[in-house]
This record gives sequence, structure tokens and C-alpha cells, in this order.
Amino acid sequence: MAGLTKKTSAFDDENLSGRSQKLFFEVTEEENYTYYGNHEVDFNKRTSIDCEGINAHELNQKIRDSIRKGYGSIVIKNPGAKHSLGVGILNKLNLIFEGSLGYFGIGCIDGPTVRINGRVGWSCAENMMSGKVVVENNAGSCFGAALRGGDLIVKGDAGARTGIDMKGGTILIGGNAGAYTGFMMQRGRIIVCGDVNANMGDSMYDGIIFVGGEPHSLGTDCVPGEMNEHEVRWLEQKIKNAEIDCKVPASKFKKYVAGRMLWNYDNLEPAEKKGILG
Amino acid sequence: MCGIAGVINKKKTVNVGEQMGLMLQGLKHRGPDSTGYAMYGTPLKKGFVMRFKISENEAEKVNANVDSPDDLKNRKNAVDAILKKHGAKVTKQSSSTPYAFRYIFDFKGDLTDLATEIETVEKTEILSIGKGLELIKDLGDATTVSDQYGLNKFMGTHGIGHTRMATESDVDIKSAHPYWAFPFEDVSVVHNGQLTNYWGNRRVLERKGYRFNSNCDSEIIAVYIADKMAKGIVLEKAMHDSLDELDGVFTYVVATKDQLGMAKDHMAAKPMVIYESKDIVACASEEVAIRNIFPHEIKTYDPYEAEVKVWQA
Repeated sequence: MAGLTKKTSAFDDENLSGRSQKLFFEVTEEENYTYYGNHEVDFNKRTSIDCEGINAHELNQKIRDSIRKGYGSIVIKNPGAKHSLGVGILNKLNLIFEGSLGYFGIGCIDGPTVRINGRVGWSCAENMMSGKVVVENNAGSCFGAALRGGDLIVKGDAGARTGIDMKGGTILIGGNAGAYTGFMMQRGRIIVCGDVNANMGDSMYDGIIFVGGEPHSLGTDCVPGEMNEHEVRWLEQKIKNAEIDCKVPASKFKKYVAGRMLWNYDNLEPAEKKGILG
Repeated sequence: MCGIAGVINKKKTVNVGEQMGLMLQGLKHRGPDSTGYAMYGTPLKKGFVMRFKISENEAEKVNANVDSPDDLKNRKNAVDAILKKHGAKVTKQSSSTPYAFRYIFDFKGDLTDLATEIETVEKTEILSIGKGLELIKDLGDATTVSDQYGLNKFMGTHGIGHTRMATESDVDIKSAHPYWAFPFEDVSVVHNGQLTNYWGNRRVLERKGYRFNSNCDSEIIAVYIADKMAKGIVLEKAMHDSLDELDGVFTYVVATKDQLGMAKDHMAAKPMVIYESKDIVACASEEVAIRNIFPHEIKTYDPYEAEVKVWQA
């Protein structure tokens, strides 16, 4: 990795996508959401839906019907680890799952605050644009794949390829993370309070990975960076807000960024690329 | 995309047939082509239980070369004659289909010689031989196969199973999982994934004299484990070795007479969810399968890449 340009911070010059991104890193996050053409909901208006005996499509339709009726807080009972629950919600909403989700849970969401009192399977919150998701137990692989904005929190461990291809937002892991965490990430931040398995940040273009424990090994193009004071404060606040009991103080976290080999490759002329590939 | 599952009840005999049936039915969407069970009942004190087939399930094939009743009768008679020749005494026999049989027999000779000769009979394949292992596989979903072979009341300690979406070979019984680790009694394997160095490994193992009945890449895991065990290597070590020596993306589950194990490749590309309690361990490609036997909320986890786990009955 000698000779690579180390990037010290991606905070100040980052122009993130997603509706809630502009002021996202302020502590008063809930003021920063803006929504277009969505239903007005009353957070004090509460309902519950039992997932027993119905499929994902039916449940998702019931959630939409409840939103249209103005319900701002919805509790899903007996999710039973079914797949594709709670996907495509583009509204302000408090959504609580009283149990575990299967694969592709709450994908493509923009705005809701989701709490999952259980575990999530593969590809939870894939392509999430904004909002906040808290998982009380563990998460499977590809947690937060292609994340574009918002906060995605798991209090236990997360599987392999966490944050693969992410383009914004923050993933916070209270425990350990699997191999290839941050694989091909392009923007955003991943915070891991525990250890990370092999090839962390492999082929990352940009973004930052903060690690409280130790990464087993770094992937191609992932290099250590230097923490600044602003980042330490931000880390402290994020971990505190997520109510995660992290044994490592924020100042002891290690920071990893892209070495930008791939970034440079993208800037090459086609003829130069051809030379490399040949 | 296939579905695999396993369950082991610690120090307890339960209706493991029902447990496996429910779990595999929950994985039907991962593979509707065929379903297979490797069930471990109360071990026989004397003799062996053998499951074998003498033809394929041709029901769904158009213009198939379907075997006549006489063909089937002749093959069964040939198997019986070989058993008799080797001094095996069949004490009980039954069949759920015209092409699949279950024999219990007393035998004191070389099991490998016996099994090898039985498989010389046309279209005949031994699915399993063991003290407790009974391997059943056929076309259709878990409930179809379970009903067909009467597995709903199978009492035992543990079992593994597979729902198959055929990608590398045909839709037939011989390409369905689980695979028995010929000739080791009571060892079976189910696999989800693709092995990229299959042919290279197969040639090496064939030169050592191992037999392959299908062109399914998953079969090599069973043979590989058998080869390791023949060298005196314990199951867990053999599974660890497989992570480096088998190439590709895979998660597999293996069972012996009193153990259940799982291994996940270095890329963690194929899923596995595990639930462990003091009484039972259940693992499956998806939690939704485990939840079919635990309707209440349970705490599960994904094993990480290059992880091997073995549990005792």
C-alpha cells in the first residue's frame, strides 16, 4: 500500500444523495427530513397488523393502507422471519416489527423510522434513501447494500459484505462485521464497534470505515486514515444516540479510507486504461 | 439457489421426520425440483438398514425411456441374489414406490464389496447404508416426498435435508441431495452452491477408486469427506480442510451417526442461519424454515465465512 494517497476526511467535501442528507450530520436529525407528495400521518395514531397467515405482499399493502388512513405508528406482530416485509415505504412513519425479518426486509425505503425487535436476514434495508432503522439482534450478509442515506443500526453482529456498494448514509454495528465489509463502497460511513473479518473495504472508491476493534485484513485499496477531532465527536454522538454500549472510546477507533487507486483509474484516458488492462 | 437444512436433538429421540418436513417445506421456494432427506433413527443393534433405487422417477419426463415392471422385477431379483451371494440375510423389506426400497439385513462381510457389486445392477444406486441413516430423495416438494415415503412419523435424533433447484445437472433422483459418503455407514451431505474445481477433484478421487453416480458437483463433497475419513481424519478436521481444498461458493451440512456439522466457504456467499439451545440445534438457508418448527421468536445468527461447526446428538 506504500505510495497511495491517503485521504484524511470525506466529511466536508461530500455531497451526498437522499432526501435527508443535506443536514444529516446535525444532532437534531428529525428536523432534516423533507418529503414530497406523501401522506400526512399522525404519530399518535397507532395501529397494529398481525402478519400471521398473510404473505409479504398482503402485509405491505396493509401498511400502505394504514398510512393512507393517517396512521403514523404501526406495529407488525408475528413477522415470522418472512421475506420482503416493509419494503418501498416512502413516508414518515414509526414502524415496529415485533420479531425477526427474513431476506430483503425494509428495502428501498425513504423516510420511516423502523425498529426491529429481532434479527434481520440478508440484504436488510437495501437501497435505503433516508430514515432510521434499528435492529435489536443480529443482521445477515449484505446489510445495507447500496445504502444511499439515513442511519442503519444493528446492535449485534452483521454478516459478510455489510455496506456493499453503499453510496451514502451511516451503518452502525454494535458487534462484529463479516468479511468484505465496505466492499466497493462509494460514499458514506460504516462504524463497527467490534472486529471486522478479512478484506475490509475491498475495492472501496470513497467513504470511511471506523473500527473499534481490529480488522482481520484490509482489502485492495483500503488504507488507514487519520481521525480528526470532528470525527471523534461525531462518532461519540452517533454511538450514544444509537444506545450502543461500546467498550471502546471514540478516540480509540481506527479510521480507514480509500487509497484511491480505483479513483485514479477512473480518471485515466481510455487508451491508458487499455494499457493497464493489456 | 438450493435450500439446505439440518436439525439435531440432543440426547432425545423425537419425531425428526416431521421437523425436517416442516423445515424443508419452508424452503420450497429455493428449489422445487426435488427434495431429499437423510434421517437418523435409533441405531440398529444388529445389521444394517439400506435404502436403494433401481430406476429413476420418470413421471415428469416426456418421451422418457420408462422401465417396464419386468425390468424393475429383474433388477430387484439381481440385487437380492447379490445380497445372498455375499451372505447378507434380509430380515425386513419394504418399498414406497416401484423403484425405491428399504432393506434391513444382517451382514458380517466387507460392506464396500457388497455395495460396489449391488451398484453393478443396471440403474441401481444405493442411497444409503448405515445403522441409523435412512436417505430418501425424490422429485417434488418436501410434503410430496414425505407423504410418499411416510416420513411424517420418523422417530430419531437428527436429520439433514435439501430442496433442489437444478443448475449443474439434470432433474432426477441421482442428482438430488443428500449424498451418502460411500462406503462409510451413516455419513451424508447436503450442499448449496457451486464447486468450480469439481472435475479436477473428481479425477483425483476417481483414480483412488471412488465411485460417482451423478455429474452433480455436490456429490464430490460426500466423496471428499469419505476420502478424508478413510485416512483417519476426524469429521471436523476434514471439514476445515475442505474450505481450502474445495473451490467455489458453498455452504454444506454433513451428518454422521451422532453429529451434525456445517461449513461455509471463505466468501460467505451462500446463506446459513443457526438456532442453538440446550435441547436442539437447527440450521437452514433461511430463518423462515427454522420458524416452521419454532413459531415463537427465537434468537438466531449467521455463521461467518470459513466457519465450521459440529454439534453432538
